[in-house]
Amino acid sequence: MKTFFRRTIMAGAAMLALPLLAAAPADAATELRIMWYSDANEGDVMRDLLDRFEKANPDIKVALDRVPYKTITDNLPALVSSGQAPDMARVTDLGGQSSYYLNLTPYLKDKAYWDVNFKDVLPWVRPPGETDGVYGLMTQLTITMPIVNETLFQQAGIPLPGPTATWDDWAKAAKAVATKLNVPIPIAIDRSGHRIAGPAISYGAKFFSPDGQPALVDAGLKTMATKIYGWHNDGVMSKAIWGSVGGAAYRGANEEFSNGQVVLYMSGSWQFAQFVKTVGDGFDWHGVANPCGPASCSGMPGGAALVAYKTSKHPAEIGKLMDYLASEPVYSEFHARTLFLTAHKGLMAKGIPYAADKPQIKKSLDAAFANVKALSPVAYQLQGYRLNRVLFTPLTVRLNQAISGEMTLDDAFARMTQDMQDGLKAAGVK
Amino acid sequence: MRAALARLIDWPFEALQRALGAARMPYVFVLPNLLVFGIFVVLPMLLNIWYATTSGVELMPEQRPFTGLANFSELLDCSNYLNVASCRQDRFWRAVDNTLWFVAFQVVTMVALSLITAVVLNRKMPLRGFFRAVFFYPVLLSPVVVALIWKWILQPDGVLNAILVANGGQRLPFLLDSDWSFTWTVVVSVWAHMGFYVLILLAGLQAIPPDLYEAAAMDGTPQWRVFWRITMPLLMPNMAVVLVLGLIRAVQAFDEIYVLTGGGPGTATQYIVQYIYETAFAGQVHIMGLAAAASMLVGGVLLVLTLLQLLASARAKQ
Repeated sequence: MKTFFRRTIMAGAAMLALPLLAAAPADAATELRIMWYSDANEGDVMRDLLDRFEKANPDIKVALDRVPYKTITDNLPALVSSGQAPDMARVTDLGGQSSYYLNLTPYLKDKAYWDVNFKDVLPWVRPPGETDGVYGLMTQLTITMPIVNETLFQQAGIPLPGPTATWDDWAKAAKAVATKLNVPIPIAIDRSGHRIAGPAISYGAKFFSPDGQPALVDAGLKTMATKIYGWHNDGVMSKAIWGSVGGAAYRGANEEFSNGQVVLYMSGSWQFAQFVKTVGDGFDWHGVANPCGPASCSGMPGGAALVAYKTSKHPAEIGKLMDYLASEPVYSEFHARTLFLTAHKGLMAKGIPYAADKPQIKKSLDAAFANVKALSPVAYQLQGYRLNRVLFTPLTVRLNQAISGEMTLDDAFARMTQDMQDGLKAAGVK
Repeated sequence: MRAALARLIDWPFEALQRALGAARMPYVFVLPNLLVFGIFVVLPMLLNIWYATTSGVELMPEQRPFTGLANFSELLDCSNYLNVASCRQDRFWRAVDNTLWFVAFQVVTMVALSLITAVVLNRKMPLRGFFRAVFFYPVLLSPVVVALIWKWILQPDGVLNAILVANGGQRLPFLLDSDWSFTWTVVVSVWAHMGFYVLILLAGLQAIPPDLYEAAAMDGTPQWRVFWRITMPLLMPNMAVVLVLGLIRAVQAFDEIYVLTGGGPGTATQYIVQYIYETAFAGQVHIMGLAAAASMLVGGVLLVLTLLQLLASARAKQ
């Protein structure tokens, strides 16, 4: 009995001591924690780059905490506002919580490099009123755009609409393909206000009044919203995407597209890497030019940025890591391996050696670059507005209620305006 | 060994008793529980009251400006309470309306099915233990797992539609049509929680003295009369527990329904807890004051309903 107790106590003591022993070497190094979400392979690529950084800087360890996207949108803001933020995070709501971001300027080796190469996107992560600091590194520039299943068009014997085709042309063509081949979803649009903002801008939506105040509902937005509403009633769009969830929840159609159930999928450039993997040789797909309206042929820019928080105790180490990640060879490799569009002006001019051995990737990236050039200034203004989700969310929620038959479109437009005003008022915008 | 252990535990209490006196010792024993209750129940409730009476998007209580009852008055601002569209916060009232319907259908269905199941499982029958386990099994599953299982069954290309199509039928929009979605949230919720209530009722049934049934059998009392005159009155305390717990849980319905339907289509299955969650956390601007006020209103209604129910069951007992 005595031996048993002695052994138990010794085993317990050993178990307690083990984590302490394991933690001992880590204490010597500074640990940075990054909260990171992934759409495709970017987490693996980033981990690879961080391993090299750690090798070159043995005094810094970087933990990449991979989380679902919903954690970034729903949980991270609460952590940040309660002072429990990680050292760094990859965020898509670029300006929403910018007042908590760390100004990296004092910790960077060469701020001029950042100013020259990230001139257009640095304002997206700056807090209100700030015009100079560096508050984050864009890990990805995105553009919303349609992706088509070319094989379905070929099988149906219907030609793909050209680069100046309107949304109506695409709706007609996609419906014809779907009807001929019995495909369930002619057009799928991600359930997100950001995704329908581009088409709305093409039809003349301005999103801001002439004095620069947010103004969600105008003739352009009404035109596009009415089209989407009508498409749900005449079978161009399926209620399986917008109707299958409620509230402000995001719902993509990437699985349906990968399964060959969608003719045209309005999503964005971040899907390319995923479709290389999920579609494989199943069918030919590629990104196409954003369909046109009377005002423009616009999508929405966007992207994700790696930001650091003021609450971090290691700003100098963060600066070192940011310098490494933003350096031309590392930044170029990250984008080449993830097939992301770059926000780096120097690399844009030089070109990125994308690992694109498949023709659909080459075609898609070409279309994405052309779409970036065709972006409306309204799209840039809307993306740069720090409270843009206060406009996007009511657009999704109320349009969905109209599609589900809970209210008329006119009531939905009135409620959109009211919800936007409530959100702005709560955020303290006069 | 045991005596040594007892001595080890004993001496701090003996020292405490010497210091505080025997009369105060009960407080020492309830203190840990009281602390946990205070930190995790009372403190959040007080914080909730503060959030409900303040506005802004700041999380830290001291940074939020006091606005009194403004959040409550915004929630209750309706020109006609029977017409949701006339309310300023129409989504709150839609959620209230949906929740009331859900509670009515879910609680009635669940109590009735639980009672029938408990009565059947209380009889002597082959494989009784197996069937008791079968009915209790869903209670052990995580709500997310429950929702995902049913989602695979009900989605447009799910198992149920595959069966329908294979038998020459048409696909049905189980999760895409408002009425179907609502019905399935009730079904799934009953399926997931019924086992727990069956267990409570089964315990009540087994506590009824068998000699009452023997006496009734000797008198030749018909079965339905035995059920209404012996079983039901003696099962009333358990029924009251089942009703109160069922009601509270139905109003709190969130996790499995959020995963199953996300509140859709539109807001057809958006219940009150989802409204509170989305208002407080899901948007870019977290309107926590409004969400806290909504949760206080719901808490108040629940409290009144529970008290009424307890009062009714106490009267029934008398």
